[in-house]
Amino acid sequence: MGKSTIIPFGPQHPVLPEPLHLDLVVEDERVIQAIPQIGFVHRGLEKLVETRDYNQFVYVAERICGICALGHSLGYAETVEGLMGVEIPERAEYLRVIWHELSRVHSHILWLGLAADAFGFESLFMHCWRLRERVLDVFEQTTGGRVIFSVIKVGGVERDITQFQAHVILDTLVGIKDEYKQLCKAFLNDTSVQTRLVDVGYLSYEDAINYSVVGPFARASNVNYDVRMLGKGGYKYLDTFDPILDGQGDCYARAKVRALEVIQSIEIIEELLSKLPEGDISVPVKGSPADGAEYSNILEQPRGECYYYARGNGTKYLERMRMRTPTSQNLAGMTSALAGCDLADVNMIVLTIDPCISCTER
Amino acid sequence: MGYASKSPWVIHYDGSSCNGCDIEVLAALCPGFDAERFGVINTGNPKHADIFLVTGSVNERNIDVVKEIYDQMVEPKVVIACGICACTGGIFHDCYNVIGGVDKAIPVDVYAPGCAVRPEAIIDAVVQGIGILEKKAEALNASRKGA
Repeated sequence: MGKSTIIPFGPQHPVLPEPLHLDLVVEDERVIQAIPQIGFVHRGLEKLVETRDYNQFVYVAERICGICALGHSLGYAETVEGLMGVEIPERAEYLRVIWHELSRVHSHILWLGLAADAFGFESLFMHCWRLRERVLDVFEQTTGGRVIFSVIKVGGVERDITQFQAHVILDTLVGIKDEYKQLCKAFLNDTSVQTRLVDVGYLSYEDAINYSVVGPFARASNVNYDVRMLGKGGYKYLDTFDPILDGQGDCYARAKVRALEVIQSIEIIEELLSKLPEGDISVPVKGSPADGAEYSNILEQPRGECYYYARGNGTKYLERMRMRTPTSQNLAGMTSALAGCDLADVNMIVLTIDPCISCTER
Repeated sequence: MGYASKSPWVIHYDGSSCNGCDIEVLAALCPGFDAERFGVINTGNPKHADIFLVTGSVNERNIDVVKEIYDQMVEPKVVIACGICACTGGIFHDCYNVIGGVDKAIPVDVYAPGCAVRPEAIIDAVVQGIGILEKKAEALNASRKGA
């Protein structure tokens, strides 16, 4: 063993679209410790809750993260509705879940593309992003936006999906599913992919529990935890829901869980669209949260469980808005998975937790 | 601008953006919009890059990183502020940890507003950036001949 050296990784690094700095303590080619440093994306938007009223803050919450944008506005809106005791119409619950699952499809395909880029499979990266454009086209037709949608509001949703649009979505999803299954074959069966991913960045079931990691990262270590199981919001209308699990705990398992979740999400959308009830899409919300009222809420984001907390003070402005995002949970597990890996595998392991730094730092 | 003497390579840095603009920068290069077919390649090395695409506003922590990347780029170089946060600070302009747009740290040549900025706007800004790059290259050549 040689003496240990520190190699800086990031904040500007080709594999990361986002700034994350890691100090990698290496001995020869082996990483013995990884020390993350964050704070490059901190904006302090939780404090904006004092100067934006609870209706305006939906749009700030949406801009916590551009990839899980809809999830954050949904989680925030559900929290404020809980705070004020608002019941939203059934159709709005359906539409919210349909859009939320669509954004999971787009987020996972985006991740699969970035992963392909990280292990050097450029053409697979391009194919993933080409497919993702078709999901974004569905978003553009139904909400008007590509990444920031502004379609959720406190008390329901802003826009409706017409009968015609529902048919278009279903047709598009059939095409996406066919093409996606071809891509899945490349991810799950290709030997060159497997040599980069299998047995890399192992995280055991016990470690996953101890570090309380969430989302696909946890499910790849066989932790049976998915907030969608609880049947909150529109998920209660699903006939069945079983989380996708894998016991291997390595990078390949994480890629596999995400790859299969895309198909699961497409099936959820198809089921909900076929059962979409008639009715209103929003209820008017009047008044303001009571002084001292508190509410907390959890939601399964593409990257895992996200926790929201809000407290009212009797005015239109909330007293406190707090969220705990999946990546801040997963960073500890990531440093554990990084210890002992090869230097060449660092980018792959960092990517397999699907880090969302702007969620984490806000 | 008649023709460009070379295809620009771009480097992308996420200031404190929400990712929305970052994935649109990548989407502009990937199939669908496909700026890569014109030879616009995303590079990770500042020394290879002609155009610097910055998304998100600057704050105390990343202002040095933005300046460092800009300083490492070789002349002539063009900076494009992608998205409203990079232009002015946008919806986060009054957050306590936001200094403002990227022009508070480095000189910006082209502003591409939008929340999130659309890939068409980024491509348009890059095309304008190519024109500015040509002019800067001519000025640089002229100054070298003079010396």
